[in-house]
Amino acid sequence: MAIQVPVVEQILSANDQLAAANRARLDAAGVFALNVMASPGAGKTSLIMRTVERLRAEFRIGAVDGDIATTIDADRIASLGVPTVQINTGGACHLDAVMLQSALPRLPLEELDLLVVENVGNLVCPASFKLGVHRDVLIASVPEGDDKPYKYPVMYRGVDALVLNKMDVLAAFDFDVDYFRRGVEALNPGLAFFPLSCKTREGLEVWLSWLREQMRI
Amino acid sequence: MHELSVTQSVLEIALRHAERAGARRITRLNLVIGELASIVDDSVQFYWDFVSRDTIAAGATLHFERVPGTLRCLACSHTFPLNGRDYACPVCGEKRVIAAGGDDFRLESIEVE
Repeated sequence: MAIQVPVVEQILSANDQLAAANRARLDAAGVFALNVMASPGAGKTSLIMRTVERLRAEFRIGAVDGDIATTIDADRIASLGVPTVQINTGGACHLDAVMLQSALPRLPLEELDLLVVENVGNLVCPASFKLGVHRDVLIASVPEGDDKPYKYPVMYRGVDALVLNKMDVLAAFDFDVDYFRRGVEALNPGLAFFPLSCKTREGLEVWLSWLREQMRI
Repeated sequence: MHELSVTQSVLEIALRHAERAGARRITRLNLVIGELASIVDDSVQFYWDFVSRDTIAAGATLHFERVPGTLRCLACSHTFPLNGRDYACPVCGEKRVIAAGGDDFRLESIEVE
C-alpha cells in the first residue's frame, strides 16, 4: 500500500544553500560580487574590460571567467592586470554555486573590493543557478533583436540590471527599443536599464555610477 | 542542457524524504514545473532511469504537473497566459503587465511503500 509523503522542496535548494555559503564568504572578505550574464557575443568581456579600466583606480578588482573551453576571455581580462581565475566548465552550459565556490580560494579575496564573474554565454541556464553574488546583470545587445525578453523570459525576470550594448549600431538594425522595454517591464518592473556602447563608451558612465552606488549599499 | 544535475537533485531530495519516512521503496514522484522554469520533462525522464538505478527509487513513476506562465494586467488585473509575441492584456489592451506565476520547480510529494 503506497503512502503519500509531502515534500514541497525546491529542486535547486542544494545549489541555493551553496550560493548562500559563497555569499557569506564574500561578505566576510568585504567583497562585492557581480554576475554578468548574456548570450555569446553580446559583450560580457567587453563590458567587464571597460568597467575594470574605469574603476581600477578606485577599487581593487578581481575576475572569474566561466567558459566551456579556452582561456581567451580570461586572458583578455587578466591583461588589464587584475587577478583572474578561469573556470572551464567542460561542456556545462552555466556556472553554478559549486564552481564559484571552487574558484574563490584561488583569488586574494581579502585584497579585493569588487569581484566580477563572467558567466557562460547562454540566455537559458545561468538564470536558474544562483551563485551567491550581490547583483546579477544581464547584457542584451542590439544585433540580437528586440524580441529576446519575450523569448527568454526567465533570464530577464531574475536580474538586477540590464545593459543594452552596441547602441552605436542601432540605426543599422530593426530594433524597436520601446517593444524591447515593454517586454522587460512586464517581466521585471522597474529594472535598472543602461543603453550603452562598449565600443564608443557612450552611456558607460551611467552604468558605472549605478555600480558604484550598489557597492555602497 | 542541465537536466542531468537537476535530475540528480530530484533523486537526492526524494531519497532523503523516503529515508525519513522509513520507506522501502519509492513508487512515484510528483513534480511541479512552471513554464518559466526552463526544465524539459522528457530530459528529466530520460536521465531519471539512469540516475535512479540501484536505488530504492528505481522504476518510480515521474509525474509532472505543468504550471503555465501567467501575466497580470496592471490596469484591469486580468490574469492571462504567457504567449511569446506580445505581453499586452487581451481584455483591455494595456501594455503594462507583470509576471504572476509559472516559475515553480519543486518536488511536491513522493509515494512510498
